[in-house]
Amino acid sequence: MSNWIREEYQKRKARSLNYQRARQKTKAMEADVPSGLYTKCPSCKSTIQMQSFVDNDFVCTVCDHPLRMRAIDRLNLVVDRNTFVEKGLGYITLNPLFQDGYEEKIQTYKEKTGLDEAYVYGYGEIFGAPCVIGVMDSFFMMGSMGSVVGEKVTKSFEYAMYKKLPIVIFTASGGARMQEGIFSLMQMAKTSAAVKKHSDMGLLYVSVLTHPTTGGVTASFAMLGDVILAEPDALIGFAGPRVIEQTIKQSLPEGFQRSEFLREKGFVDHIVDRHELKRTLARILRFHQEGV
Amino acid sequence: MNILEKEAKLQDLLSKIEEMDDCEAKAKMEDEVARYKVSMMKGLTAWDHVLLARHSERPKTSDFVSFLAEDYIELCGDRTYRDDQSVKGYLAKINGQNVTIIGQQKGKKVEEQMRYNFGMPHPEGYRKALRLMKQAEKFHRPIITLIDTPGAYPGIEAEERGQGEAIARNLYEMSDLSVPVIAVVIGEGGSGGALGIGVANEIYMLEHAIYSILSPEGYASILWKDSTKAKEAASVMKLTSRDLLELGIVDGVIKEPLGGAHFYPKEAVLETKKLIVERLKELKQVPVGDLIQGRRAKYREIGFFQRFNYDNLGGRKNELYKN
Repeated sequence: MSNWIREEYQKRKARSLNYQRARQKTKAMEADVPSGLYTKCPSCKSTIQMQSFVDNDFVCTVCDHPLRMRAIDRLNLVVDRNTFVEKGLGYITLNPLFQDGYEEKIQTYKEKTGLDEAYVYGYGEIFGAPCVIGVMDSFFMMGSMGSVVGEKVTKSFEYAMYKKLPIVIFTASGGARMQEGIFSLMQMAKTSAAVKKHSDMGLLYVSVLTHPTTGGVTASFAMLGDVILAEPDALIGFAGPRVIEQTIKQSLPEGFQRSEFLREKGFVDHIVDRHELKRTLARILRFHQEGV
Repeated sequence: MNILEKEAKLQDLLSKIEEMDDCEAKAKMEDEVARYKVSMMKGLTAWDHVLLARHSERPKTSDFVSFLAEDYIELCGDRTYRDDQSVKGYLAKINGQNVTIIGQQKGKKVEEQMRYNFGMPHPEGYRKALRLMKQAEKFHRPIITLIDTPGAYPGIEAEERGQGEAIARNLYEMSDLSVPVIAVVIGEGGSGGALGIGVANEIYMLEHAIYSILSPEGYASILWKDSTKAKEAASVMKLTSRDLLELGIVDGVIKEPLGGAHFYPKEAVLETKKLIVERLKELKQVPVGDLIQGRRAKYREIGFFQRFNYDNLGGRKNELYKN
């Protein structure tokens, strides 16, 4: 019996090729780059040992500032071991408006991150609670939403509807992808419509806003969760702080557009510490399961 | 020479004609001016379209409503915070058909522009729009939205009151409205601020209107770190009505009078009215389910990418992806 389980796991893992590639990349990056041994916290500027930092869920060991995470690390953090099956593979980003250098840019990011696009989704379990999990990767072109990301987000909702599962999405994005112009803009309407359909089936959608969530992603699926969680000190807003400063011609107050600010204004349910994230998500999922 | 400079020259010529006494010379001059006007509108660049779309004399939402409708009454307020002047809502009768018209309002003179916040809505503007849409749904009135904004307002109060949430909520609810929605881009359609009232069964654009993810200035400053390159940005952004028709984003382009809608506002609006009346007649026949389905399908299909078909792969890889 245990043999069968092991085989099943291996099959699942093999199927998620993308996941594997990213995993190898993670290892390689940690192994050969000198900065892999030490890293610098952007908040308190102190040098932290990479290993202790990774063990601490990518939270600064000195000032408790949560740093940006790759999609793969996020999945390792939240999803039960060996339960993740990646879906929606094989999308190829094209250059609809024939912008100079866009293909090359995508190619470099692909090589750098080991991902196909800035969004990964699939089936996973959180402390045994089954759900669909989607993660945006801000290291892939600032997690910007172009045609492929929009399509994959929509597909993840459709997959959740098909399986009648709740969905958890971690957002991290600079907004819509400029290079794809109007196509990126329309992804906002597309993803929002998908959320509506999923919601109409009576299914749960939890969105977790991580640093940074701005622009077209904030103004579409990120803000439409039944439950909206946020990580501490994450930048969340529609217009970027620089744009606002230019418009109103004065500097912004301290803590503006940070998660705590949004909680105070009533747009976020909870600010969750990264160490507590998995447990909180599991609890929320359990509240929406009957008789567990 | 851009279109505004050419237009200034045209105005010069026109004022010269006014001063003329000699009948024959006047007729000759008028001929010349007419020819000049035709040549002026030939070979417009993308930047010319941007300038025309932002033209201060261009008919605004309130002008459109006054020419479109036989009778109309304005409705105000979002019922939670305040009335946003940059979004206007009307009950109107077009050819005997009751409709709700919602549009972003820009001003012509400076004071007007200030009052309407340059057509940049705050969150309460979007919430007002949503309130009126829900009301229209209740009374089975079709909705016409007129898009004319540089974008949603980026300011401290707007962020405090949830600009992102307000737009997201509109996109969410508009995808499911049980009445026909027609959107017309009458001037500038900028970013999520335009889309926030623009999820429709059919989208039309005036000939010289633009619709884009961001203003050309913003685009240039984000991608090239130089906001003065707006002209170049406009030419690569595919924001003109013709480009968007080719890309399949808009369903049709409404022809404007020679020289642009601001020369003959009434004609431009009547052309729009003709189309709206015709399309409303057709959309009224569509059952509610199909209407929602159709709108969802329209946006579901938008996107430009390829998906690798794993079924066509031979050998090992193919086995891996079999369920």
